[in-house]
Amino acid sequence: MIRLQNIRKIFNAGQPNEFVALEGVNLSIGSQEATALKGPSGSGKTTLLSLLGCMARPTAGRITVKGREITSLPERFLTEIRRETFGIIFQQFNLIKGITALENVMIPAYPKGEKHASLKRRAMDLLDLLNIAGKASAKVEWLSGGEAQRTAIARALINNPSIIIADEPTAHLDTTLSREFMEIMRQLKKEGKTLLIASHDPIAYESDVIDRIIEMRDGTIVPPADGS
Amino acid sequence: MGAIEKQRHILDFTLATLGRRKGKNIALIVVYTFVICLMASVVFFADALKQEAAQILQGAPEMTVQRLVAGRQDLIPTHYIDSIRTIRGVQSVEPRLWGYYYDAFSGANYTLMVNADLNNHPGSIIIGAGVARRSEPGKPPQTLRKNDLVPFKTYSDTVVTLQVKGILPSESELVTADLILVSEADFKTIFPIPAGLATDLVLKIRNAKELATIAAKITRIHPDSRPVLREDILRTYAAVFDWRGGVILLILSGGFFAFIILAWDKATGLSAEEKREIGILKAIGWETSDILLMKFWEGTAVSLTAFFLGLFLAYLHTFLASPLLFEPVLKGWSVLYPHFRLTPRINIYQIAVLFFLTVLPYTVATIVPSWRSATIDPDSVMRM
Repeated sequence: MIRLQNIRKIFNAGQPNEFVALEGVNLSIGSQEATALKGPSGSGKTTLLSLLGCMARPTAGRITVKGREITSLPERFLTEIRRETFGIIFQQFNLIKGITALENVMIPAYPKGEKHASLKRRAMDLLDLLNIAGKASAKVEWLSGGEAQRTAIARALINNPSIIIADEPTAHLDTTLSREFMEIMRQLKKEGKTLLIASHDPIAYESDVIDRIIEMRDGTIVPPADGS
Repeated sequence: MGAIEKQRHILDFTLATLGRRKGKNIALIVVYTFVICLMASVVFFADALKQEAAQILQGAPEMTVQRLVAGRQDLIPTHYIDSIRTIRGVQSVEPRLWGYYYDAFSGANYTLMVNADLNNHPGSIIIGAGVARRSEPGKPPQTLRKNDLVPFKTYSDTVVTLQVKGILPSESELVTADLILVSEADFKTIFPIPAGLATDLVLKIRNAKELATIAAKITRIHPDSRPVLREDILRTYAAVFDWRGGVILLILSGGFFAFIILAWDKATGLSAEEKREIGILKAIGWETSDILLMKFWEGTAVSLTAFFLGLFLAYLHTFLASPLLFEPVLKGWSVLYPHFRLTPRINIYQIAVLFFLTVLPYTVATIVPSWRSATIDPDSVMRM
């Protein structure tokens, strides 16, 4: 489904503070597969997720999503792929403050021009599915950590993406909430979603939801000990 | 349909966004409204004054003939009337006697004019509303009423006392505030005007199209005369009010530029929170054009609110409240300020000019920095 070939990503190229975030990354991710990227801070997990989610372009290398080469696509097309294909759950949740949980869930669908009533109904259904329909009209700054994350998950699902990307999703959650999160991921996987989770939390990457663990260090993928 | 829904969604989101940054946006709208209010007040006020003057001058003579001696206005011989009356198209010619009188009591200059109706009532005067409110500088006004006596100092250093017979209506106060109507006999007691001379002559003309031809004929018969058309007076009034309006606008331009700096700073300086939000919106699937559309609606909402609020306040200030801020400058520097209520009038052209000078630049100013932020890679939000 997603294929990365010889990916290199350099930040501040040519500057004194030039930094190589990824070097020689080759990776294939299958459809409906749950993949965990694990590794210490600075190992390149977030950069790799950004590239996978069409949020940044590699300095060198090729990325194909569903057979389509995306590295040379204009920004407008990348945005469309990002909107239609990926649902992103951020480490800090990145909800927009001052507006309600329901509005936050609806935002990614605004550019699609869907009728307000049907969009609102779908957003409510998602909040209901995640057991926070009661908080739909609450402003996001008043939500607890777990509620905020469920809102972020609902937002990631509003455009019905086939791939869910989660960056350190359990970093701000206690053990119970972390396990609840992984249960939600299990449900999504059952529904046929492809999962990409970057985490250095064992609750996430050691969960039986995960099919494959990719270990990263210093911007490269660490080869599996068994050589597979 | 989808495009309209999209606009609606983005507009809804923009309005919700504006509500969240209440402090910043309210401060911006207050200052913006104030600037629009000041500028619109000047425009409304100058325009209404011109209109007022034009209406009042409707009743003024179509042509006035003066005499020039060495380039200055001089008294005109009344025998000019006979030759002017013979010109085809001239309906009537009347001599006028008027002059300026300095009143040492109030420190004001009055316009004294002979009114034929008073010739049968020597010793009586009719005064303008401004004269009636005369006051000694620094002291409360002493309102003149009917039958009050007013002393006048004559050219021969004697004092003549005249009785107020009436006060001119306030509708015409713009041009009659300082006017005192007297009989010919009293006028000649106060001023040394020899018999057979008048200040100027006023003409009634049958056909307005013949004004220029008649004026040319008068100057041919009397080369020392200067015919002044009513249109010339109106033009002068318009020029004076435009000029005064310009002076005010020049003074206000300092404030206007201060506003531009504030607006530029407020509108263009995206806060870290706003930049973060733009990053989030891009990461979750908004295009650069969607972000710009949102910022366009934001700028439009702020500036239109301030624009219409400013216009409304300017309307109240100009037509319902006495426009305290500009009255002295726009009406004149005379000691006697006219008191009257302006007729409400809106000039669409001037509002359009004001709109293009304020709303458009502000809206553009809000889009430019957002464009810069909106074109960055959305992955920056991953590192927040």
